[in-house]
Amino acid sequence: MESRVVGQPVQRKEAMAKVCGAARYVDDLQPPGVIHGATIRSAIPRGKILDIVFEPGVPWNDFVVVTSADIPGRNIVSLIHDDQPCLASQIVNHPHEPILLIAHPDEDLLRRARKLVRVQYEPLPAVFDIDSSLKQETIVWGSDNVFKRYLMAKGDVDSVWTEAAFLVEGEYSTGAQEHVYIEPNGMLATANDREGVTVWGSLQCPYYVHNALMALFGFPAEKIRVIQQETGGAFGGKEEYPSIIAAHAALLAWKSGRPVKLVYDREEDMAATTKRHPSRTRHRTAVSREGRLLAMDIEFTLDGGAYSTLSSVVLSRGTIHAPGPYRCPNVRVRSAAVATNAPPHGAFRGFGAPQSLFALELHIDKIARAVGLAPDEFRRRNFLETGDSTATGQIITQPLDLAALQERALEAAGYRAKLLQFQSDNPRSQLKKGLGFATFMHGAGFTGSGERHLQSVVELQTTADGGVRIFCSMTEMGQGTNTILTQIAAETLGLPYEKVTICQPDTALVPNSGPTVASRTSMIVGMLIERAARELKEKLRSSAGPFRVRTQYREPPGVHWDDETYRGDAYGAYSWAAYVAEVTVDIATGEVQVDRFTAVQEVGRVLNPVLASGQIEGGIVQALGFALLEKIIWRDGSMVNNQMTNYIIPTAMDVPPIQVLFEEIPYEHGAMGAKGIGELPMDGPAPAIVNAIENALGISLDSIPVTPEVILDRLRDHVRELETSPV
Amino acid sequence: MRCCITFTVNDQTQTVETFPMKRLLDVLREDLQLTGTKEGCGEGECGACSVIMDGLLVNSCLVPILHASGSSVRTIEGIAPPGGLHPVQRAFAACGGAQCGICTPGMILAAIHLLERTPHPTRGQIREALSGNLCRCTGYQKIIDSVEQASSHLS
Repeated sequence: MESRVVGQPVQRKEAMAKVCGAARYVDDLQPPGVIHGATIRSAIPRGKILDIVFEPGVPWNDFVVVTSADIPGRNIVSLIHDDQPCLASQIVNHPHEPILLIAHPDEDLLRRARKLVRVQYEPLPAVFDIDSSLKQETIVWGSDNVFKRYLMAKGDVDSVWTEAAFLVEGEYSTGAQEHVYIEPNGMLATANDREGVTVWGSLQCPYYVHNALMALFGFPAEKIRVIQQETGGAFGGKEEYPSIIAAHAALLAWKSGRPVKLVYDREEDMAATTKRHPSRTRHRTAVSREGRLLAMDIEFTLDGGAYSTLSSVVLSRGTIHAPGPYRCPNVRVRSAAVATNAPPHGAFRGFGAPQSLFALELHIDKIARAVGLAPDEFRRRNFLETGDSTATGQIITQPLDLAALQERALEAAGYRAKLLQFQSDNPRSQLKKGLGFATFMHGAGFTGSGERHLQSVVELQTTADGGVRIFCSMTEMGQGTNTILTQIAAETLGLPYEKVTICQPDTALVPNSGPTVASRTSMIVGMLIERAARELKEKLRSSAGPFRVRTQYREPPGVHWDDETYRGDAYGAYSWAAYVAEVTVDIATGEVQVDRFTAVQEVGRVLNPVLASGQIEGGIVQALGFALLEKIIWRDGSMVNNQMTNYIIPTAMDVPPIQVLFEEIPYEHGAMGAKGIGELPMDGPAPAIVNAIENALGISLDSIPVTPEVILDRLRDHVRELETSPV
Repeated sequence: MRCCITFTVNDQTQTVETFPMKRLLDVLREDLQLTGTKEGCGEGECGACSVIMDGLLVNSCLVPILHASGSSVRTIEGIAPPGGLHPVQRAFAACGGAQCGICTPGMILAAIHLLERTPHPTRGQIREALSGNLCRCTGYQKIIDSVEQASSHLS
C-alpha cells in the first residue's frame, strides 16, 4: 500500500511554535509568587563536612534553606543503586556535589547569598583518573573502586595467539564530552501536603523523575506529578540528572510553600551535571596470513565519576559494541567502570558505544597497515554477514551486506580517486589532505532483557472532532518524537496527519512508555503505537466510539538473552553504517578542517526523510566536536573551562557539507519497518576523521580530542623519529 | 537605583522602570513577557538571545538596558506580518531548520539580518553570518538550507 504520511517529509508537529518563539520552555514559565532556588555545592573533590556557616551580608531570615534533614523520605537519587544522596550530609565525594539549597524571590540577593555560605571540610584523599582508581591505593567507592565489571567471551582467544600470522596491539582513549544542549537544565516545582509534588521541567524521562521523587518524599505515585516542558536539546544530558534538579526544586517548594524555579546558568550546568564517560581501550588482535580476524582481546574501561548512576549500563553497551561489525571466532571483552572523584559521568548519545567503537575503528586501520591490506579490503574480508554470529552469539538474521554499504560510501565520497590525488599533491603542500572512514553499528532499544523488563505501555484515544490523541511518555527534545509517532498513528489509522495529536508528557495523563533513550522511540514505542492504532482502527469499523486502547510491549519471538553470561540477542536490531571523512591539516598550525563528510546508513525504513537526515547531520557534527574540538580541562575532578567561551563546540563555519544516504531494509518488528537512528551518527565520525588525519599526515594517533596542539606535538615526535631512526 | 527607560520593541514604544544595568534580555523576557528570546550562555557566545537593535544583530544578554534607551529592537515576536509568517520562519519550518527550537529565534533573527543586507548570499556567506549562533541539534546543514530557501523567495 502506498503510504501517505510515513516516509513523507511532513512538517514537524511543533514547528510553528518553535519558529515563532511561542514554544514554552521551563524558564519561560512565571507563575505568580514564584521564588528562585540555588544550590550550594562542594568546593572540594572529597572530604568530611565539618560545619556550614551563613556569613552576614544578606537577611538570612528571608531565605528558605533546605538541608538533607528536611527530606521527608529517603535521601537518595533513586535510579539503579541508591549510592547517590540528593543532598550530601556528612561526606562529599566530588566537586560541585549538592549540599544545601537556598531560595529567595530576588535573584540578585540569591546570587549574593550563595557566596556567603561557607562550608568547612576535612579533606580526604581523592582519585582523578582510571589508572589511579584501578591501583586501589585510595578507595573512594565500595571495596575496590569498581562499579561494574563484565566479561563477554566467545570461543577461546588464548588458543590462537601462537598460530596467528600477525599480532597487533593498541591502546586508545577518549575524553569526557559535555552535551551543550543550548537550553540549560531547569525545573519549576510546587509542593504541599494536600496535592503532593508537581514539577515542570526540561527532561527526557518523566518516569525517572517520578520514581526519584516518590523515594525522596515517600509519597504514593498519585501524589507526584511530572510534566515535561518543551526541551531545548538533551542528548542524554537530561536523562538522569533532571531527577536531582526536580528533587531540589521540590524540596524548596515543600519547605517554602511557594512555587520554586531552579534554572542553572551555563557555568553551573557545565561544571555540575553529567558528561560523556572518559574511556581507555586496549586491543590485542590475532590475524591470519589472509587477513582474517582470529582473536580479539579487548579491555574496555570507563571513568564513572563519584557515584554509580548509569555507568553499569553505559559500560554494558560499550562492551557489546567493542568488537564492532566484524566476524571473529574468538572474542574476549573485559570491561570495568571505575570510580573517581569527579561529578558522575552519565548518559550521552551513543552511551559507551562511541568510546569503544572509536578505539576499534582506529585499531582496524592499524591492523590493515600491519597486514598490508587497504583498510577497505581488510574490512571487506571480515564483515559480519547474514547468518554469522556476533560476539554475544547473536545470529544475524536480517539481510546485511556491509561490503556493499562500505562500497557505496567510498564511491559517494570519491574515495579512491581522491586518495591517489592527495598522495601526489601532499608532498608539495603545507596543507595535507587525507581520507578516512569507519564502519560500525548501533543496537537499538534497551540491551538484552531490558525492553522485557520495561513493559512499556502506550494509549490512543478518539477525540470529539474525529481525530485521535496519543498518550505516551516519550519526550520531544528536538529529535522528532511528536512527529514520528503521529505519522505512524495517522498512517495506520488512515487519518490525516493533522487529525492525530500527541499529549505533552505528564505523568498524570500518560502511561509509562519507558524512557526516551537508547534509540528506542521510533522502533520500539513506534511499534506499540502502530499496534494500538491497528486495534483502534478495528474498533472504529463497528462503532464511532469513543474508544481508548492500551498496548503493552511484547517481545518479538525467538529473542534470548542471558544477563549472567552476556550471551544471546543483545538487541532486537542493529543499524549499520559506513562513514567517510575528508580532511585538510595545516602542518604549520595543526588545524584540521573537515572538508566533506559522507554518511551511508541502513536504519530500516526511513519514516521522515527530513527528520532522519537531520538526526544524522546533527549527530555527525556533535561527533566532529568530540573528535577535534571539545576538550574538558580538569583540575582536581572539576571542569575548569565550564563556559562556552573556552569549551568549543562546532559553529556553522566548522562543519563540512554532509552527504547523507540511506539504505532502506524494513525491519519487521520495528514500527513501519524502522530501526533506531538517534545514536548511530555519534559512533562513526570520530574514528573516520582521525583515520583521515592519520592518512593525511602519515602519523598514528590514539586519543581524542585531536586538537591542533596534539597534531603539532605528534608531528614533532614524528620528525624526531625519522631523524633518529637508522636508514 | 531604578530609572525609566523608553525604547521601541517591535514597533511599539515601551517604557520600563528598572535598574540601568539590567540586561536587555531580562527586560524583554521578564518586564515585557517576550519570552521568545532565549538565554543559552549569558556571555555572548551562543547567540540564542540575538535580537536586532537599530539594525545591528546583538546578543541581548550583553546589552545593559540603559544602552537600549531610545533604540529600536526587533525580536522573534515582531518579525512576522499580522497573521502570517516571515519567509525565514516559513523556510525553517519547511526545511527542518528547527529541531529542539531553543536556538531557533536567535538563528532566525541572524538569518533575517543577513538577508536584509545580502538578499542572495552564498552558502559560505550564510555559514559566516550564522557562526555566532550555536546549534547543537541540526549540524547546521538544514539551517543553511532554510536560509537559502528563504533567500530564493525574496525578490
